[in-house]
Amino acid sequence: MKREDIEAVVIQKLAKAAPGTDPGSLDRDEAYRDALDLDSMDFLRFVDALHEALGVDVPEAHYPKILTIRACTAYLEAVLAKR
Amino acid sequence: MGEFRMPSLGADMAAGTLVAWRKQPGDVVHRGDIIAEVETDKGVIEVEVFDEGVVETLLVAVNAKVPVGTPLASIASAGSIAAVPSAPSPVQAPPPAAARVHATPLARTVAKALGVDVTKVHGTGDGGVIVRADVDRAAAEVTSTPRPDRMRQAIAAAMTRSKREIPHFYLAHTVDLGPALTWLSARNEARSVTDRVLPGALFVRAVARAARAVPELNAHWTGESAPPLPYVHVGVAVALRGGGLVAPAIHDTDTLDVDGVMRAMADLVDRARGLKLTATEMGEATITVTSLGDRGVEVNVPVIVPPQVAIVGFGKVVDRPWVVAGVVVPRPVVTISLAADHRVTDGHRAGRFLASVVAFLEDPEKP
Amino acid sequence: MRRATYREGVRTALRDALRRDPRVFLLGEDVGRYGGAYACSAGLLEEFGPERVRDAPLAENGFVGAAIGAAMGGLRPIVEIMTVNFALLALDQLVNNAATLRHMTAGQVSVPLVVRMATGAGRQLGAQHSHSLENWFAHVPGLRVLAPATVQDARDMVLAAFDDPDPVVIVENQVLYPTEGDLDEDAPPVSPWHAIVRRPGRDASIITHGGSLSKSLVAAELLAKEGIEVEVLDLRCLRPLDVDAIVATVTRTHRAVLVDESWKTGGLAAEVCATLVERAFYELDAPVARVCSVEVPVPYAKHLEDAALPSPARIVDAVKGVLHGRI
Repeated sequence: MKREDIEAVVIQKLAKAAPGTDPGSLDRDEAYRDALDLDSMDFLRFVDALHEALGVDVPEAHYPKILTIRACTAYLEAVLAKR
Repeated sequence: MGEFRMPSLGADMAAGTLVAWRKQPGDVVHRGDIIAEVETDKGVIEVEVFDEGVVETLLVAVNAKVPVGTPLASIASAGSIAAVPSAPSPVQAPPPAAARVHATPLARTVAKALGVDVTKVHGTGDGGVIVRADVDRAAAEVTSTPRPDRMRQAIAAAMTRSKREIPHFYLAHTVDLGPALTWLSARNEARSVTDRVLPGALFVRAVARAARAVPELNAHWTGESAPPLPYVHVGVAVALRGGGLVAPAIHDTDTLDVDGVMRAMADLVDRARGLKLTATEMGEATITVTSLGDRGVEVNVPVIVPPQVAIVGFGKVVDRPWVVAGVVVPRPVVTISLAADHRVTDGHRAGRFLASVVAFLEDPEKP
Repeated sequence: MRRATYREGVRTALRDALRRDPRVFLLGEDVGRYGGAYACSAGLLEEFGPERVRDAPLAENGFVGAAIGAAMGGLRPIVEIMTVNFALLALDQLVNNAATLRHMTAGQVSVPLVVRMATGAGRQLGAQHSHSLENWFAHVPGLRVLAPATVQDARDMVLAAFDDPDPVVIVENQVLYPTEGDLDEDAPPVSPWHAIVRRPGRDASIITHGGSLSKSLVAAELLAKEGIEVEVLDLRCLRPLDVDAIVATVTRTHRAVLVDESWKTGGLAAEVCATLVERAFYELDAPVARVCSVEVPVPYAKHLEDAALPSPARIVDAVKGVLHGRI
């Protein structure tokens, strides 16, 4: 899977977790939880949606590594590359 | 022979609009079945029936606004069905074969494209037909908060009444969450994301257990007194995107384990934000929990939701220097605030309640 | 460009055709000495002489038959029939001969015939002079049917029909003859075979033709004052119908009101409605509404005639009906 495709999935799942927002317009290095007003339930749902879409189960300990769109994309890319 | 009446879906609800019948004359209903959808200031709510039997007559037409307590339908008890002749229905809409949803071709096309279920859309076209604008509105409601002004008014009414009538007093306690969070992380580590539990579920469960242990804060003020209720339905304040909040209840919260509470919370948040709550969930909380930790708030001193008599606020879990066995160490701590009704209870009992919440948090495995 | 009446528009085209091609001649009741029942050919007898502007006896099937023969023989007749009611007498010649001969002779015989006729009501001429029977002709393969609704179209459609190698029927609503509009006598004729959006709008489409266009535009103006923007589509060509334009307007607005002065039952509005159901079903956000004449022979008495015909008020009501309080 190409990086752009992964990023597209990340953005799509953020949009689903935060209906009515436009995650695509965010700076890729911005902390999206604040920007999109995602609470912990929304965030869990986002992680769940990534799991469902990509098969990557991000452990709680790794949450700090996925808090921007760029970081999240890179993290997922690295995990997927190891498969 | 029973009557299904316009239920009170909130302390300040005087009237409701019947927006859809989900059962028709002749349908068999069981206690707990969704019989209708009622619109209140807080949105469209699915309403349950409390009788067993067969829907006999629908007494109120769709889109009629009627006061709380107005009979909406008569329900023949299962035993008397044969004896009851079917009376002609005064209801204009829907027609007897209402199973078919009337939507324009364009509305159906757009609904399909937007993933909107037309059976759940409220039609405003000629004769209640669903037109494209209705589908667009339904799609928009999924992504934004509907009727913010009316919800704001409802919150304003309830909170004003609370602050006018209820002599609040407040207690707070800061607790070391270290053991609870360690326990939670260990659990979550072994689980797929789908089964992970958030600290919020621990908070709700702790309050439910405390409400059982100190029942006088688990009550509804009746005008003169607030006898403790025999069940614990913890209301969970859910902020809606774009403003407003609802506080639906998790039924019998005290009987659920932490996974059960988590599942119930996730489900409630989903449905609250989709405005698909049932009547009892909306109206029957016996005590409420609110958490603003996600927003960085450290101390959350809340306002009681009438007719309840207590509400518990949780702040953000923060690392603080903490003295453990004579040594200062960093610990994750959270401040818990209790607002209670002084007509009903006093500082002493409320302090015991709060201590009980803390005890459950300090020892999450406690049954 | 100048201001001119509808009848002047027709006359300009007739004169052009007579000048342009020596094979052209006019034929009809009172087209010569009287100048035409609606004065469309006034002055042409004097200008072109009795060989080319010929008064016919009161025998529609006969003189239409003669014109068909002349067309087959190489001339270019332009026939006027006083009203569409009288044209029924010529149905045999039009339907059985004019429309069929190219097909029955494998293309060997052409009938380059133009037949103009007045249609419609509103001038207290009684039932036998007031009906809108254009759909009878629009039903018949082999004929083309045009309904000019503007002064420019009154001219352009005669010229375009004259340029067509097959029989063309032009229905001119009689209330339009004295009305004024812009006329460019030098412009190449706009193709008559397409519908034209006379007024754009987003909320609903009025689909109409001929004498009902001006009523529809008045209705659109009234609705605009209430914030309702309707699109008005002038069909112009009744056979073949411009199906793409009909589908396109409803695809833009999702609601349709069909205005047609003929009767509802079996009428052109029914054809347009069926077209919408076949081709634009999934675009429809409300049932299609029709505003047609009340199903009686058109009454003579003024108040009854007015009540029987489509009016701006009825069109406004129909548009509001399909919008169902939506604006």
